[in-house]
This record gives sequence, C-alpha cells and structure tokens, in this order.
Amino acid sequence: MSNAAIATADAPASAASVPALSVRNLHKRFGPVEVLKGISLEAKEGEVISILGSSGSGKSTMLRCINLLEQPDEGVITVSGETIGLVKTKAGSTRPADIAQVERIRSQLGMVFQSFNLWSHKTVIENVVEAPIHVQKRARAECMDEAEALLAKVGIADKRNHYPSQLSGGQQQRAAIARALAMRPKVMLFDEPTSALDPELVGEVLRVMRGLAEEGRTMLVVTHEMGFARDVSSRVIFLHKGAIEAEGTPHDLFTNAASERFRQFISKA
Amino acid sequence: MTRQSLLDLLSFGPDGWGTVLAWATLTTVLIALSGYAIGAVIGVVGAYAKVSGGRIARSLADAYTTVLRGIPDLLVIYLFYFGGSAVVTWVGRLMGAEGFVGFPGFLAGALAIGITSGAQQTEVLRGGFHAVAKGELEAAKACGMSRSLMARRIVAPLTLRHALPGLGNVWQVVLKESALVSVTGVVELMRQAQIGAGSTRLPFDFYLIAACIFLLISSISGFLFGRSEARLSRGVRRG
Repeated sequence: MSNAAIATADAPASAASVPALSVRNLHKRFGPVEVLKGISLEAKEGEVISILGSSGSGKSTMLRCINLLEQPDEGVITVSGETIGLVKTKAGSTRPADIAQVERIRSQLGMVFQSFNLWSHKTVIENVVEAPIHVQKRARAECMDEAEALLAKVGIADKRNHYPSQLSGGQQQRAAIARALAMRPKVMLFDEPTSALDPELVGEVLRVMRGLAEEGRTMLVVTHEMGFARDVSSRVIFLHKGAIEAEGTPHDLFTNAASERFRQFISKA
Repeated sequence: MTRQSLLDLLSFGPDGWGTVLAWATLTTVLIALSGYAIGAVIGVVGAYAKVSGGRIARSLADAYTTVLRGIPDLLVIYLFYFGGSAVVTWVGRLMGAEGFVGFPGFLAGALAIGITSGAQQTEVLRGGFHAVAKGELEAAKACGMSRSLMARRIVAPLTLRHALPGLGNVWQVVLKESALVSVTGVVELMRQAQIGAGSTRLPFDFYLIAACIFLLISSISGFLFGRSEARLSRGVRRG
C-alpha cells in the first residue's frame, strides 16, 4: 500500500467524503440461480438506507454478502475506505484473501438478524459484553458499564440477567440491537428485524431503530415496514430479481416512482 | 471354615475383604476414567473431523466410527492386549530379552475402552453440534469472532449442552465395559469378585457386593451428570 493511500484512510478531514460503506457490482449465485446481478450502493456517514423488495428479490442475500456471511461471487466491498480483500477461486467464486481482515471488518458491521440469534447460554448482559471483551479485547468493567447504558437505551435494563428464552421476541430483538451496538460499529445492518415478531411487538423495535437513525447512525435496513422506509430512511432502494429496480429519497419514490413494479409493490403492501 | 456374613466379608480387618475390594473399586474407577478421557479426546477430534473436516478427514472419521461400533468390545480389548504384547515382545527381542513379554493390562484396557468409547463420543458430540441453532453460530461470526474463539466461547458450551445426556450414557457403558478388562488379569472390581468368590466359595455374596459397588458408582456419577446438565442448560426453556 502506498503512503498516500494510508494517509487518505486515516485523515479525519476526509471522513465526510469517504462513504461508510460502498458496494460495487455485487454478484451472487446459488447453483444455477443468479440471486444478485451486479448490485452497487453507497452509504454515506449517517445515512439510513431501507432496502425493499418482495421475497426472493435478493435483499437479505445482499446484506449477508456485505459482511461475508455469504461469499459473493464477484464484487468490491469497502467499509470506511478499507476494501475487503477477495481472491478469485477456480470454481468462479471468491474467497477472503485474509480471514483476519474479514473478522476485523465484521466487528465494525453490527448485524441484527430476523431471528435475533442471541446466544441462548448467556444472559442478556453477557450477550452484550461477549464480543467487546473477547473480540475487541476491551476492559471488562468498561464494557459492562457501556452494556448497562445500551440496555437502558433500548429499554430492557431490568432484563439484564435474564436468559434470552425468558424474553419476548421484541425484547430479544432489542437485546440483539444492544449487542450489535456494543461493538461501536461503523455501519449497522438490519436483516428484516421485525419480520419474526408478533404485530404488537413490532413497534417497540422500530422505535429503537428510529432512535438510532436520529442519532445519525449509518444503517442498512432490509425491511417490509413501509412506514419505517418512508418516514425514517434517507434513501430507499427497491430490489427486483437481484437488481436495483428503483432508488431514491422516500419522498421521490413513494410519491412519484418511475418504476411501475415499485408502484405495484407498494400498492400491495 | 465357618460361613462369614456379608458384613464380615466387607470388613477391613485381616480376615475381611474390605481393603482389596476398595482397591479394586479404585482400579475400576481409574480404568473407566482413563478410558473415558481417551475417548473424550478422540471424540472431540472425531466430531471436529466429521463436522468441519475435509473429505479425507471425514471419511477417516466415518470409517473409524463404523468399524469400532461394529466390533465387540471384548474383542477390542483382546486385540489391544495381545497386539500390544506382540509389539512389546518384538521390541524386547530386539533389545535382547527372551520370550513373551506381556503388555500392561491396565494400559491395554484403558486404550481399548478409550477407542471404543471414542467412537460413541464422536457420534454424540456430532449430534450435539448439529442440534445447535445455526443462527447463534452466525451471530458469533458476524461480530468478528475467529474460529478458535467461536469454538471456545459459543460452539463448545452449546454443543456440550446438547451432548451431555448422551455423554452420560456413554460413561455408564464405559463403567460397565471396564469389567471386561478383567480378562487381561487386571484386578479390578470384577476380577476381585471372581478371586473372592473362588477362594471363599461364596460366589453369590461376592458378585452381589460387586454389583452393589457398581451400582453405587453409577448412581454417584449419574447424580454428577445430572448436576452438570442442569448447569449447562441454564437459559433453556422447559416444557
């Protein structure tokens, strides 16, 4: 790497110009099915991007390719100016050039799953401090204090010593958000965070997410919640059959979308 | 010789069998523990090979569990004892010794039990791993855990939680299998009961005593397994 490249990555003045996340030409195939057909997107610092699309449009796969839970077949992923090193395999896909780099970048991307995925053998607070202590090697006392504050912020401070199975779905998801925040991530990735919840529990999770958006966090949100996409996000991306079909501010898209498919999609939702 | 009562047999005095039975019990527990420990090491390696090894590692592990679960345990003990003795004799001859040199029976027994229980523990651990919710592993990956950290902090405790009941069963089997090691001349509980039975002509009394001691050991270990199960299952929703 040249000195100039290092200087750019480190210089705080350029932070505004370096996108928090950029994805270029992302391709993913599952056997004969091409799920992602060259997706590119960029999230600036503080942007909240909602990703909409019917099931099978590839929106979850796209999110999971960003932190390499799925291995993309092609594409360039850059987090805060650092590009994930990928090398071509003979089979025509890619693999990480350096798994340590992938692990480091994953720790900067806070992921929230549809099914919460809290570690069932740990209490809520243990879930929250696990990665900060063991992955980031931060001091336990500091992590505990921060975890308490995060649990208070998502409104489940009183559940700190409960196990995930003793919590409602909404509480579990809020704990999972606190767990992701505890890593001080540069970008938060939400993979249909409210889809597994009973309708009456969706609101409490969306409220927390709205709070994060107002704080200026960079968020990528795969969702079916039209209200959230319209009211909270700074940009909306509509995926159709593995490609970006429409993109724009919520106002532009929801009031006069050029895409006939998007109009159909929102009329059904 | 007057007929001794069961309690006289058990006394620790000069006429009683208490001391030798206690030693035999200790030997039984030691054989079972060493065999189980060897099996645990094999089980972890075998399960790892089956779960995330390459094609060759997987086939080797499959071959191992298939073969070992298809051979009578007694036969495995004989193979180790006589196979080991053949090797030791051969080495002895190279170094100038004459004749048959016996392989230590305790070692042969512990190895044989280790290798058979290793096959069972491999399967139990593999099953335990597959019972772990994939999402919990994905969450560990997503927050940047390395493979070894994930294995230690997430995979091991969750796998063990699911595997513990099965591992408890394997332990009970190992404890009973240890009686087979008596064929190599190791004086464990079974062999000691035979000796006592032969020399006092009170076979029923001795075998009854041995049975009670076996039962005692398995009850204690069952209790301990139950306790650990409860510990590891914290956070599991019941019913």
